[in-house]
Amino acid sequence: MGKPMQEVTGLFTIATVLRKLLNQYLPNPQWVDMVITLVNIGAIFTLISLSAVVLVYVERKVSAYMQMRVGPNRVGPWGTLQTVADMIKLMSKEDIMPDGADKWLWILAPVLLFIPAAAVYAIFPFDHQAIFADLNIGIFYFIAVSSQATLPFLMAGWASNSKYALVGGMRTVAQMLSYEIPLVFSILGVIMLTGSLRMSDIVAAQQQVWFVAVQPLAFVIFVIAATAESNRAPFDLVESESELVAGPFTEYSGMRWALFFLAEYANLFAASAIGVTLFLGGWQGPWLPGWLWFMLKTALMIFIFMWLRWTFPRPRVDQLMAFGWKVLLPLALVNVLITGIGMQTVKYFR
Amino acid sequence: MPKTQTYTLNMGPQHPSTHGVLQVVMELDGERVVQAIPQMGYLHRGIEKLAESRTYAQFIPYTDRLDYVSSMGNNLGYCQTIEKLLELDIPERAEYLRVIMAELNRIASHLIFMSSVAIDLGATTGMMFGFRDRERILDLFDMACGARLTYSYIRIGGVREDVPPEFMAATRQFLADFPEMLAEYHELLTGNEILYHRLRGSGVISGPRALEIGLTGASLRASGVDYDIRKAEPYGIYDRFDFCVPLGQTGDNWDRYRVRMEEMKESAGIVTQALDALPDGPVMAKVPKVLKPPPGDVYHRIENPRGELGFYVVSDGSVKPYRLHVRRPSFINLQALNEICQGLLIADVVAVLATLDPLMGEVDC
Repeated sequence: MGKPMQEVTGLFTIATVLRKLLNQYLPNPQWVDMVITLVNIGAIFTLISLSAVVLVYVERKVSAYMQMRVGPNRVGPWGTLQTVADMIKLMSKEDIMPDGADKWLWILAPVLLFIPAAAVYAIFPFDHQAIFADLNIGIFYFIAVSSQATLPFLMAGWASNSKYALVGGMRTVAQMLSYEIPLVFSILGVIMLTGSLRMSDIVAAQQQVWFVAVQPLAFVIFVIAATAESNRAPFDLVESESELVAGPFTEYSGMRWALFFLAEYANLFAASAIGVTLFLGGWQGPWLPGWLWFMLKTALMIFIFMWLRWTFPRPRVDQLMAFGWKVLLPLALVNVLITGIGMQTVKYFR
Repeated sequence: MPKTQTYTLNMGPQHPSTHGVLQVVMELDGERVVQAIPQMGYLHRGIEKLAESRTYAQFIPYTDRLDYVSSMGNNLGYCQTIEKLLELDIPERAEYLRVIMAELNRIASHLIFMSSVAIDLGATTGMMFGFRDRERILDLFDMACGARLTYSYIRIGGVREDVPPEFMAATRQFLADFPEMLAEYHELLTGNEILYHRLRGSGVISGPRALEIGLTGASLRASGVDYDIRKAEPYGIYDRFDFCVPLGQTGDNWDRYRVRMEEMKESAGIVTQALDALPDGPVMAKVPKVLKPPPGDVYHRIENPRGELGFYVVSDGSVKPYRLHVRRPSFINLQALNEICQGLLIADVVAVLATLDPLMGEVDC
């Protein structure tokens, strides 16, 4: 019997080949390690920027499909280069700073938002052993880093010297703080079953059955809370175009605005990838290479998020808070309780 | 206790959801509205003054530009006013065509209403569906008069020309498809829990207070006041049709939404009845080339999609009106905004604006 497909085409195999190749040309192993690390970082940043470009296009096409429109179809074949054209436009735009803006906060906000969005990519298990940093506190790292994203929204809102931006910034803090808690509690059920915070362990634990089958309630809570965490419609109260124009982004233009956008899509991908890792078995799957499975499942999650966005109206801010604290959080706690009882019962009968 | 203070927020005239160029100066306490004063006049064109230098027939295209999503209704209101002044008799076929056009336009206008409610609450797909189906009605109007928005189809003494034969089949096809469309909206929007909770219980105005302010149309009927000019004071041939007037109970955003959704169904029923009873014959009365109404004044009102549209015309016996005043329902309905919005959140102001359904072309006139 030959090696399983995943062993042959896996990212880890590619890395091994690359390492062997480098060993021939570079004088010592530290250098090889460094080059491999740089390649990994490069790959992650390529993934982030590429996924943003692709996702913007996909989002527009998906929404067009749902609304019986055509969507972008002018630039490139089937409009595929539309995002590139948009990026060129954004880069050539004037960089306007509003009067009386808090200069440093204003400049830092989009950058600081992008950093946590990119940093969470370090712990994604793209394939068997293809993980930039397999931390023993992997999922905890994700929660800790992604919650940093709250602050730049407030900074942008405060520094813009605009009331729409300020109201938007305030809403963000309220929303993200409230939805982080159900998000964490929904993940807790998975962690209880796995007994580990390490991402590779969580994936390995789903070899027999995906956690979505064991933890359906947690999965639903996760999807809702993750939508709110990544500020996407129907929970886009931060932006809430029809009320606050564009919330904290109102005063930003050109590339600074594009950075917010990039971070939004990086977050979307991140939320989907975490959902795949925790509930949909990560990179595991038959026949196809693991990284392809990972990407396919992530694409499915992203489609679900887009589907939600283009279907639902937006709740009001007080309803959003009430839903988070009075519905999602108790449900998440009940899920933890049921998981605990279930685990004890299984243990008792074995 | 920390000290707090209110702040002023200008919503508009450049804002995604103020339906054109409305400016609402809001005094806010956090996100709660203390006061929301609508500022108008950004689209003022002086239509009433322009009327004084146009002949009676020349003014018809200006009425298109009042409430530009229900131009047929405006044409109808104006022409009937002048006909009242001239004491003209209108051919039967023209009367029926007028009803068909006015009611189709009511559906088109309410589809815009539904779409703007959807988009103002963040449901973009709902908006697209409304606009998609409104297109069907615009195509029908295009067949009848060659215009999609500013029709000037209804003329003093009748209608401009007879509808082409394919119009009948296309209208019947539209009416046959309409229940399915309505079901789709109800599935996507009306049945949506988030939409229900956004609209229910917010933006309440009581029936007596609505009457005091002068609210008319669906916004008044949502408060439970049974007042529809088509029933209360039938104009044209509206007394021949069998239709219901949907009423709300509480006068909140949800009722204003539901009443309009039901009205679409009733309007489709009226169009069906009118198509069935449509007689043959001329579509234009014998009207003198130069209209010189006798001196005097006349007030006539009709039930437009946005409420009671009234025209007050004073004639001095010349070819031009001495004075023309339009009672614009949007303008008067918008007065209620401040009172309805007090104590609500910013998001509710947008919802109230959407359900009051003002149209800036009519507000500013």
